[in-house]
Amino acid sequence: MMELIQEYWRPLIYSDGYQITGLAMTLWLTSASLGLGLLLALPLSIARTSAHRWLRWPVQGYTYLFRGTPLYIQLLIFYTGIYSLAAVREQPLLDAFFREALNCTLLAFALNTAAYTTEILAGAIRAMPRGEIEAARSLGFDGWKLYVHLIMPSALRRSLPYYSNEVIFMLHSTTLAFTATVPDILKVARDANAATFLTFQSFGLAAVLYLSITFALVGLFRLAERRWLGFLEAGR
Amino acid sequence: MLPTFSQFVATLGAFAPMLLHGVWITLQLALLSLLLGLVLGLLGAGAKLSGVRTWRLCAQLYTTLIRGVPDLLLMLLIFYGLQTGLSRLTAWLGWAYIDIDPFSAGVLTLGFIYGAYFTETFRGALLAVPRGQFQAAKALGLTFRQSFVHVIFPQMMRFALPGLGNNWMVLLKATALVSIIGLADLVKVAQVAGKSSQQLLAFLLLAALVYLLLSSASNLILGWLERRYAGGVQEPSR
Repeated sequence: MMELIQEYWRPLIYSDGYQITGLAMTLWLTSASLGLGLLLALPLSIARTSAHRWLRWPVQGYTYLFRGTPLYIQLLIFYTGIYSLAAVREQPLLDAFFREALNCTLLAFALNTAAYTTEILAGAIRAMPRGEIEAARSLGFDGWKLYVHLIMPSALRRSLPYYSNEVIFMLHSTTLAFTATVPDILKVARDANAATFLTFQSFGLAAVLYLSITFALVGLFRLAERRWLGFLEAGR
Repeated sequence: MLPTFSQFVATLGAFAPMLLHGVWITLQLALLSLLLGLVLGLLGAGAKLSGVRTWRLCAQLYTTLIRGVPDLLLMLLIFYGLQTGLSRLTAWLGWAYIDIDPFSAGVLTLGFIYGAYFTETFRGALLAVPRGQFQAAKALGLTFRQSFVHVIFPQMMRFALPGLGNNWMVLLKATALVSIIGLADLVKVAQVAGKSSQQLLAFLLLAALVYLLLSSASNLILGWLERRYAGGVQEPSR
């Protein structure tokens, strides 16, 4: 066990000497896909709750597709499926993008989490008390100002409890990255297992790392909820 | 080259039996894991609400650990770990080597993991049934088994169904992971067919479509179940 730790702690935490690996890669995958996903979900959630069908339906179709199929298939489509087309390989720009495993992985993860986040935010937008919107309108807020100053800040706060689930879900989903050769924590643990046959110790170390990140995230979200959702407690 | 539609249909015919078998494996995997998960979930919820402290602690440890660790990691740990553990045990006992097939490993792992999620769902639902119902059943002289089957369970299901539905959708999609440990499920079969026919993207999209159909069908069935178990509650307001 001690030898295993001595040999593998460095790749498990940050680098194997050539590239970023392990914990650092897992954290990068999680935060980059969540960040991109949230950026995408903000406008999409507004479209999802729009009164116009031609805005609402395409977004609904997108979330239906990405929430109804496994992330693993989505990753396979973006990583191997698209690159198997000669038309993609002949385009220099597309070729450069899809040749990199990390790009495909991030694209698949970001589009997946964006679909879930869109539905979470759309739910929060729909749950906005009518009175708050009417009050804002009577104060002269209209159009995009209403969204920027009132609806979106409130929707983001109210969706915190649901979004924390999605964040932990995304953290756990990043383990799929090793199937696209991205060296995250699980990839290092698998390599350690293959080299030493210390199955329980190798995967156990990885499990401890994932548990620690999960607990840290749960703690952070509890703090965030106390900070930004406190106003809902006062009314009770 | 992008295959034309007619080319794809022609290859599809050749791979149809294989693909159908893959769908059947995926369905079996999902339903058997669901069954195991539901049993573990009921037991876990019972343990969490029991008066015995050790049981409560065990159930708490189970749900916390399982839900804090990625399912894919647990799957690899159980698949490789069980294999190593068993071969050591059989070597020590002098028995013949026992091989764990990916299907059983998949059912065991998925059932074990989603049992933890079902535990939380059932716990919440059991707490939502008014305590008076337990007491009334007891007062009528029903045994523990009778009161659970006829009084508590039907009422609990109404509260549990939305959560169970969500858990089932996640479980259904998680079955795709089992192809990573080598099971010839829908995903694996689609990959094999796609690679050998040079139409990988088309076959992967087809597999995604099958999952989409399965989740849509589940949605319909869950909606029907929810209406059924809500029956007694909605009637007065009609």
